[in-house]
Amino acid sequence: MSANKRTLLDKLWDSHQVLAETKSTPGILYIDLHLIHEVTSPQAFDELRMRGLPVRRPDRVLATLDHSTPTTPTDDLGQHLYANAEAAAQVQQLEINCMQFGVKLHGWSSEHRGIVHVIGPELGATQPGMTIVCGDSHTTTHGAFGALAFGIGTTEVGHVLATQCLLQRKPKNFAIHVEGKLPAETSAKDLALHLIGKIGVNGGTGYVLEFRGSAIRALDMEQRMTLCNMSIEAGARAALIAPDETTFAYLKGRPMAPQGEAWDRALAHWRALPSDEGASYDREQRFDAADVRPTISYGTHPGMVTTLHAPVPAPRDLQERRALEYMHVESGKPMAGMPVDLVFLGSCTNSRLGDLRAAAELLRGRRIASRVRMLVVPGSVAVQREAEAEGLDQVFRAAGAEWREPGCSMCIAMNGDLAKPGQLVVSTSNRNFEGRQGPGARTVLASPRIAAASALAGCIADPLQFARAQTEQAA
Amino acid sequence: MKPFTRLHSCTAVLAHENIDTDRIIPARFLTTTGREGLGRHAFHDWRYQADGSPDPDFPLNHPAAQGCEILVAGRNFGCGSSREHAPWALLDYGIRAVLSSEIADIFRSNALRNGLLAVVLGEAEHRYLLKHPHIELAIDIAAGTIELPDGGRFRFEIDAFARHCLLQGVDQLGFLQQHAPQIAAFENQRGAHA
Ligand code: SF4
Repeated sequence: MSANKRTLLDKLWDSHQVLAETKSTPGILYIDLHLIHEVTSPQAFDELRMRGLPVRRPDRVLATLDHSTPTTPTDDLGQHLYANAEAAAQVQQLEINCMQFGVKLHGWSSEHRGIVHVIGPELGATQPGMTIVCGDSHTTTHGAFGALAFGIGTTEVGHVLATQCLLQRKPKNFAIHVEGKLPAETSAKDLALHLIGKIGVNGGTGYVLEFRGSAIRALDMEQRMTLCNMSIEAGARAALIAPDETTFAYLKGRPMAPQGEAWDRALAHWRALPSDEGASYDREQRFDAADVRPTISYGTHPGMVTTLHAPVPAPRDLQERRALEYMHVESGKPMAGMPVDLVFLGSCTNSRLGDLRAAAELLRGRRIASRVRMLVVPGSVAVQREAEAEGLDQVFRAAGAEWREPGCSMCIAMNGDLAKPGQLVVSTSNRNFEGRQGPGARTVLASPRIAAASALAGCIADPLQFARAQTEQAA
Repeated sequence: MKPFTRLHSCTAVLAHENIDTDRIIPARFLTTTGREGLGRHAFHDWRYQADGSPDPDFPLNHPAAQGCEILVAGRNFGCGSSREHAPWALLDYGIRAVLSSEIADIFRSNALRNGLLAVVLGEAEHRYLLKHPHIELAIDIAAGTIELPDGGRFRFEIDAFARHCLLQGVDQLGFLQQHAPQIAAFENQRGAHA
């Protein structure tokens, strides 16, 4: 390894190292931005209280409510309809903790409340060159900005609150090159599922993935976030995409982004972040974007994927067989055509404006199948407002879908939004584990376009079939 | 954390690969603000039948698995979310060590921080333990050895610092706090950016 050629990861690591690691002790890594939510923080605040410690840098902590919050409107008395008393208590506890420790909370009354990984970027709090953590594994999302961002446990949430630092060993570096052009009717979601299928659900364990190549450069910020979001599903510690003009254009003018002279200084710093030419990685792999097809999951982890029309592969072992049984999926037959009960458009993977637009485009002027219930849950209040300003809510409503309040909703199904046992859900979220969307629920991961097409058809369907009809109509 | 040096117990085996954190503790049990009592939800949807009675097919419900503090699990155990409720639930259930050929990053670090020994074994050793459930093992953390009933021995490695913390019962937050001067110096040196 050439000493003076550094990767993006090297630069991020070096510039945040308070103390270098040794054989016997991990390094101390400084954290620039700490995102918190109601589920993984209460025990950390308790720990601080027990030890009589303050939050060291409340100015570096951002809190929001997302996981256990209802997505239904408030009742006539303005009360939030929580799934149970515990969920309400958890939200209330975060409100108390933030007040007592001086942490900024984007709570019920904030115009910026939303899924933690949607609001960070949206506020411009997520910036290139930062270290970002959250007690949530999909913190990898923020890597789309060239920030080192990863999920931590609650004990570590306490460490960061108390010291603004973490004990860490440097992960290995894995360059994933994707060259060429993504075919029409495919998106970052298809690419993500395609890549996880290739490298496996444990293929990234111990690594930070750096996505490189022309296909990555061509993605807009929302698509980059979708891709980085899913990298934890390959077991990766974090994901990175080098910041470029697309990144800077997205950030400029956002509420928490630097302004004026500070912006120029930041820009100079950000431009120096990408990996040096010739810097070396622990592992590299190349992919051709042209090989990506509309891709969905058919099993019970995000590595069991297939394209819409390809026959589902035969199970390779007992567990895959069990997964097919759980999913009521037959090998040898394609997934397309399988009856669908529920469609969920949302989650930190696919709940941004671009995702909603992509789905709405297919739904406009059509009705979803009568057997299907479709939930559309915007990622944040800001996304919700923007979508409403464009009339997307009307498109969804007119199509027969439910337009909900922002939150995690059916991605994790702990707020009362969930599928019944045995129901098949086409979901734009990130995990299809057994029971993730409710006990016995069967989840098929897909892009917003496939989700919308499936809602219309009442079975797993190809967006192409509706897109074509649309073009013909127009002609 | 109490020092943890040795463990002598029987093994319970969950041979399934990719056991994710939603299986270890389903999300609907995460609405708690404490960390106690999560053991009753460990592997909830796998462990109980629809009527709430224990599912006899779930390997940990097997009579021979009762009281076993060592869980031998299939490859890539603990993948999925960062919820520390997963190791909390396992510890409260009575598991003190998890052995697999691969353990997901965040789960492993959460486990070790809570005094749940998470050990990655070589393929051959792992296969042996999967094939021989309910055997007595003696785990010596300082020596990095697992002794089998027949006197055979497996060696294992864990991160030196994690081992030190287990053996001494080190409080990692305390350790970080000792470096407060370095942290302050780092912030100062970064000046306006920090
Ligand atoms: S949307 Fe899903 S994956 Fe994202 S933060 Fe919420 S629960 Fe986690």
